[in-house]
Amino acid sequence: MAARPAFDELWGASAGEEVRAGFEPLGEWLRETSAAELDRRQHAAEAAFRSLGITFNVYGEDEAAERIIPFDIIPRILSAGEWARLSAGLEQRVHAINAFVDDVYGARKILADGVVPADIVLGNEQFCVPVAGARPPHGVYAHICGIDLVRTGPDEFYVLEDNARTPSGVSYMIENREAMLRLCPELFERLAVRPVDTYPELLRDTLQSVAPDGAVQPRCVLLTPGHYNSAFYEHSFLANNMGIELVEGRDLEVDDDIVWMRTIDGRVRVDVIYRRIDDAFIDPLVFRPDSMLGVSGLMAAYLAGNVTLVNAPGTGIADDKAIYSYMPDIVRYYTGEEPRLPNVETWRCREPASLQYTLDHLDELVVKLVDGSGGYGMLVGPTASRAEIEAFRAALIAQPQRYIAQPTLALSTIPTITDKGIVPRHVDFRPFVLTGSSGVTTVPGGLTRVALREGSLVVNSSQGGGTKDSFVLDGERAATAGST
Amino acid sequence: MRLSVNHTTTYRYSEPTRRIIQLLRVTPSSFQGQTVLSWRIDVDCDVRLREGRDGFGNVTHMLYVDQPVQVLTLAVSGRVLTEDNAGVVRAVPGDLPHQVFLRETPLTAAGNALDWLAMDISEEGGAKLDILHGLNRRIHDRMRFDVAATGVGTSAEDAFGAGHGVCQDFAHIFIAVARRLGIPARYVSGHLFRRDGAHQQPAAHAWVEAFVDDLGWVAFDPTNGISTDDAYLRVACGLDYREAAPVVGARSGGGTEELSVEVAVHQARSQSQWQVQN
Repeated sequence: MAARPAFDELWGASAGEEVRAGFEPLGEWLRETSAAELDRRQHAAEAAFRSLGITFNVYGEDEAAERIIPFDIIPRILSAGEWARLSAGLEQRVHAINAFVDDVYGARKILADGVVPADIVLGNEQFCVPVAGARPPHGVYAHICGIDLVRTGPDEFYVLEDNARTPSGVSYMIENREAMLRLCPELFERLAVRPVDTYPELLRDTLQSVAPDGAVQPRCVLLTPGHYNSAFYEHSFLANNMGIELVEGRDLEVDDDIVWMRTIDGRVRVDVIYRRIDDAFIDPLVFRPDSMLGVSGLMAAYLAGNVTLVNAPGTGIADDKAIYSYMPDIVRYYTGEEPRLPNVETWRCREPASLQYTLDHLDELVVKLVDGSGGYGMLVGPTASRAEIEAFRAALIAQPQRYIAQPTLALSTIPTITDKGIVPRHVDFRPFVLTGSSGVTTVPGGLTRVALREGSLVVNSSQGGGTKDSFVLDGERAATAGST
Repeated sequence: MRLSVNHTTTYRYSEPTRRIIQLLRVTPSSFQGQTVLSWRIDVDCDVRLREGRDGFGNVTHMLYVDQPVQVLTLAVSGRVLTEDNAGVVRAVPGDLPHQVFLRETPLTAAGNALDWLAMDISEEGGAKLDILHGLNRRIHDRMRFDVAATGVGTSAEDAFGAGHGVCQDFAHIFIAVARRLGIPARYVSGHLFRRDGAHQQPAAHAWVEAFVDDLGWVAFDPTNGISTDDAYLRVACGLDYREAAPVVGARSGGGTEELSVEVAVHQARSQSQWQVQN
């Protein structure tokens, strides 16, 4: 555990005595609602998610176990002011991400200017050579970003990770709200909460806005790897709510550098593909030849400018953990402004001094693989055993360039219902940022993930994390019944 | 040298196909020391060809066939003027920064045996160019050319361990070791005019380019143990065979397929035109 006590987003530093200003309605609600009633609603939420079939597979287990992500009915609340500052920071960062990707596959000015070392970008596995020199319609690459934030104090938010490939979790943001509206309607009478169910419509508008020039009524489809994928529920949820086709690779074909969808009435032209398949699998002619999920010729159609891929191939270079530590410089370079949202301090183990520091402080630091994700291949020093630390030390010495290290942050907590009653549990936050042809927007909300085990800082659903609804308060509007 | 090339690829299918889609990298670019005079692709059935350029700067064609065929013949032919630049390759269109070519790929991953070779070579020391010439000679001396020993999926490490392979394997071994030594290296596919009179070949050729500060890209042919000269016609490059292969395809229907390749590279007799062009 971190030495400093964590900041609690409801109780502040008062250890349960007094809620923070503006959060009184939630405090009252928690006082007034009996433990038995909270428990009843918690179970009702779980039953609802189970009947919807919102489950996920846990990778690395012998059988792909289908689990429900636990849901906690005590929401997180962000004030209008907090959200205004956050969203401005997110939009600045995503603007910089798109400019960076455009630059590294185009003029490569940031490398020539020495702001980011050329070898880190060009030698990176995520630098996607097949798209070098190609520019997608409207110059947008990372149409959908899920930026992971952590908080350590009232005004201290940090970006932990930029998910700029195919970020998932947005269906939880929407379904969690649905559940809260049903189970705790009185909360929405006491608090003016901004809606999140506009997301599918905003996403559809975003997709249509980035269609290739000349597509009059652009046809958008969602390309899924199929129902064995852990995020399949989300794929079908989003396709349904946007009113677009959910397709697999075998439903599409490329002819004459144009993408067609096979239907029982013949084939129809496809203009925009929201693909939830990694770059490596989208076209076996260009990437992994053994891919059964992709579409042969898709990259030719993309390079010819006849189809928009969302997100564009190659955006992985922007959210690579080796690039992450340069993000503040990247934001300054493309926006001319100071970053509104800081990074977590990061030691690049490729640099000898940083490696030495990391090796000397392994029991205090979080060490991550630059090419890992989802909490796999990660050391949390303060909670690791001696054997785990020594195993990581050996791995670090063998391949230092594969690792970064960060301080163990005292992540903020939020009261959470557990077997031990209502107790503080650590959380993070993933808001979703959309970029279309006319700019960047952020839906007022996001996915709050909570580490359910006492003291745990790992919020990943694959590592025993749960979720909460995230209320963004409306600064203009007072709470009124049924107004959400 | 004025080279004339006929590169014919024939696919025979046991049943009629429904659709064929192929990505071709069979068309050379002009650059300093290589001038394409004429080039064409002829296909013996009704196809659509779409020209493009990939991230490496290679000229690509997408080929689409959507009627049943049992034989597909791609006849690629052209004439090119080449100069002997002692292997130095300059001003290739769309070329990427050399740092891109330090990345390991599955086909060019070095295992124990290639690590040993890299260590051995780096202990000998010397200028980078000499190191590369030494590597080229070593591969040529150590490896036996054998068309039956390896396949398109054989890795550099496996081919080196076996001690034999084709030009593709020789190239992968060179690339794996050069990258281990921190020298950017890439795979080149193309054609070779054989001065020994073997003008008909059952496959296209492959060699490598390595990046040397001050000189730029320098081409080596480990299969023959020499630097390239005006007998070499460069067509495409990539991190490994996968990204520079002349034809990559997918099809539906067609049953099993049988592939045959014939390459003929001749020296055109007209010297006068060569002199005029220079």
